[in-house]
Amino acid sequence: MGRLYAVEIVYRGIFQKNLAKNISRAIVLAAHKEGKPGISFGRYGDSPERNGIPAKAFAIVATDEQTLEEGMAKYEPTQVDVSICVDDTLFKGVESWAWYGLQPINKLVKPGGTLIVTSLEEPAALAEMAHRKEAPYQLAVIKAQPSFSGLWVYKDDHTDVRILGAIARVCPELFSLASVQEVIRKDTKDELKATSALRSFERVTTYEVQPTQGNPEEPYKFEMPKWHEMRDGIAIPSIAPGHKMKDPITGTEGGFQPARNPTFKKYATRTMRPVVDFDKCIKCTLCWLACPDSCFDVTPENLYDANLEACCGCGVCEAVCPEPNCVTMVNETHFSDNSSQWQAYRKDAEGYKANLASLIATRPERSHGFRFRGQYEEQVPAIIQAAEAEQQKQTQA
Amino acid sequence: MAEAIITPHVEEPKKKAPAQGDETSLITGSEAIAVACQLADVDVITAYPIRPYDTVMQYVAKLVANGEMDCEYIVAEGEHSQFEIVKHASACGARVFTGSSGVGWMYAMECLTVTPSLRIPMIAMVGNRALDDPKIPSRAKVDAFLPRYDRKDLLLHPDNPITVAPQANEDWLMEIRRGTAAAMERSAGVIREAYADFERIFGRKYGNPFFEEYMTDDADVVLVGMGTLSNPVRVAIRQMREEGKKVGFVRLRWFRPFPAEELAKSLGRFKAVGVIDRDFSLGSPYHSGVVATEVRTALYQSENRPQVVGFICGLGGREVTLPDVRKMSEIVSQAASGKPQPATQWIGLRE
Ligand code: SF4
Ligand code: SF4
Repeated sequence: MGRLYAVEIVYRGIFQKNLAKNISRAIVLAAHKEGKPGISFGRYGDSPERNGIPAKAFAIVATDEQTLEEGMAKYEPTQVDVSICVDDTLFKGVESWAWYGLQPINKLVKPGGTLIVTSLEEPAALAEMAHRKEAPYQLAVIKAQPSFSGLWVYKDDHTDVRILGAIARVCPELFSLASVQEVIRKDTKDELKATSALRSFERVTTYEVQPTQGNPEEPYKFEMPKWHEMRDGIAIPSIAPGHKMKDPITGTEGGFQPARNPTFKKYATRTMRPVVDFDKCIKCTLCWLACPDSCFDVTPENLYDANLEACCGCGVCEAVCPEPNCVTMVNETHFSDNSSQWQAYRKDAEGYKANLASLIATRPERSHGFRFRGQYEEQVPAIIQAAEAEQQKQTQA
Repeated sequence: MAEAIITPHVEEPKKKAPAQGDETSLITGSEAIAVACQLADVDVITAYPIRPYDTVMQYVAKLVANGEMDCEYIVAEGEHSQFEIVKHASACGARVFTGSSGVGWMYAMECLTVTPSLRIPMIAMVGNRALDDPKIPSRAKVDAFLPRYDRKDLLLHPDNPITVAPQANEDWLMEIRRGTAAAMERSAGVIREAYADFERIFGRKYGNPFFEEYMTDDADVVLVGMGTLSNPVRVAIRQMREEGKKVGFVRLRWFRPFPAEELAKSLGRFKAVGVIDRDFSLGSPYHSGVVATEVRTALYQSENRPQVVGFICGLGGREVTLPDVRKMSEIVSQAASGKPQPATQWIGLRE
């Protein structure tokens, strides 16, 4: 039997669907240039048609047809040579649409395999964000703002070709740089993109993640019921009623925290999270009313605390809040847990406020796709500036 | 998963008007259906015009307008909505009725994929034609036969907080289907019980709930069919009997659950069987209608397998004539005497 190569691309539904498809398609075409047959497919069940939902595409390549057929006998590979994560916030875990539990981002990476990610963070910080893995694996960071666009539009910011160049470097048996450049030239007729692949190939470095690094939490999971354990009529018991909240300092009880779905938490959908300046809140209830996922817990003093186990990061609360700078969406990569903001505020109001100010000041621009024509063009100068700074740093080093 | 959270409060059925006797009246089939809805005390009915379901709508509308029937009568903007509305009304505990004909059913089909899985007892009429003299039973008897509609712990109600029809991905479909299949497996027993109750309360006996047999005891060959065929077939059989031809008729009453074993046992007694389909399933095995395909499948496992000849006739409501029936019987008799016949033949076709 020949050799089988599997690559998975973990991406965010809608916003990165075209990006993932382009990468997975080019992998197969580049390998095909070297006589290796392959197949590229999306995993339908991951619901890639929903905003921000973690989803997967796969590229399976083999040295011969028969090996490919054997590899494809399983719907989804249990191990991959290369895992590609096109949004670093997915490092917190992958919970696709409902009922699957949380999957560590590195789960399928085989021992010694490589996880490639587009991020502005440092490798050590990213390694800590992912769950712990028993065997060491390689982490390769492509310095970039994660590329988000929409279902019908595509942000041609070279993320795809930079990743392809990096794959040629970390897994040269799959395809060479020359093969993938050939595919890029043929597909895009853009020499600049072939050059981007080359630059990425030259610059990519890997960082070995040790079993001692990473989030030690056991990702939540559950048993799926047998057919006769399920209720007739596809009826599902409702979520239990909620309860009062307790002030961590005074012990006062009051307000209301609804109970929530224990099997679908949704927070893996989030790339940004709302932070609340409780001193600015005028208790107008608009965030509580407008949140599509009923995320706001009402505290005993009638403040509104976004519950981060449930929040999918849609940004509606920021949009509806009438008070300037009261609810602000900030980058999810800054956080390592989902603990209550209100509790932190109650325990140390000054510390909380200082942290809030720094989060808001340093928040990088992140958006879900384009809001108006020409928006990307406006973003380009800043991106080039960041890239030049990065290059300068590398030349000096 | 958790069992019933609460038992919804169930009221004793209110005492209805004193029992009246049954009455015989001359009405159309459509009117009979409207009267049946009235007697069954249907709560929600949805309408969208398409012949001949529109005549049912018309009669129901008249009953409602005259104050003789108390129900929500909703004119939907299409068949799809018609079937959705009754599905949701039923989940909330309403007894429902709807219907359509021909292409209207095609348009409604999407809504029907989930209805059985939700265990929604929906009666929907498939419009066709009929003129008969039904005996209208009294309200008291109907109330005795039809208990108050009670979804128990499946009732969608604020006092019984549940979610019904959630979005389910591929990891759930097999289990959901298996649950629905288990209910279908139980349905044959429920149908028998309902027929027994019906006989006890209304004093009308239908024999085997799943199919009825006409002059089959000494028959050499039989015709098998469903629906509105029985009139011309019975008449033709009586004519042929006078000529000494031993032909019988088996009329299926239930297509699902299909009474495979019982039917195979009965049909195994004959030398040849002709299946009359008033439908046609394009590209199906032997280019047959759906009943012929089911009958062949049912017979496959049985020891005695008669010859099966399929007939396509009466499509689009075309009349099935006495000569048509005689011709089909003749073909089946030929098959019985060992002369091979084509697996499917079109009868009453201009050719
Ligand atoms: S971002 Fe705000 S509105 Fe959206 S889910 Fe989170 S808390 Fe709710
Ligand atoms: S919308 Fe803003 S001001 Fe109103 S309750 Fe929510 S956080 Fe407070």
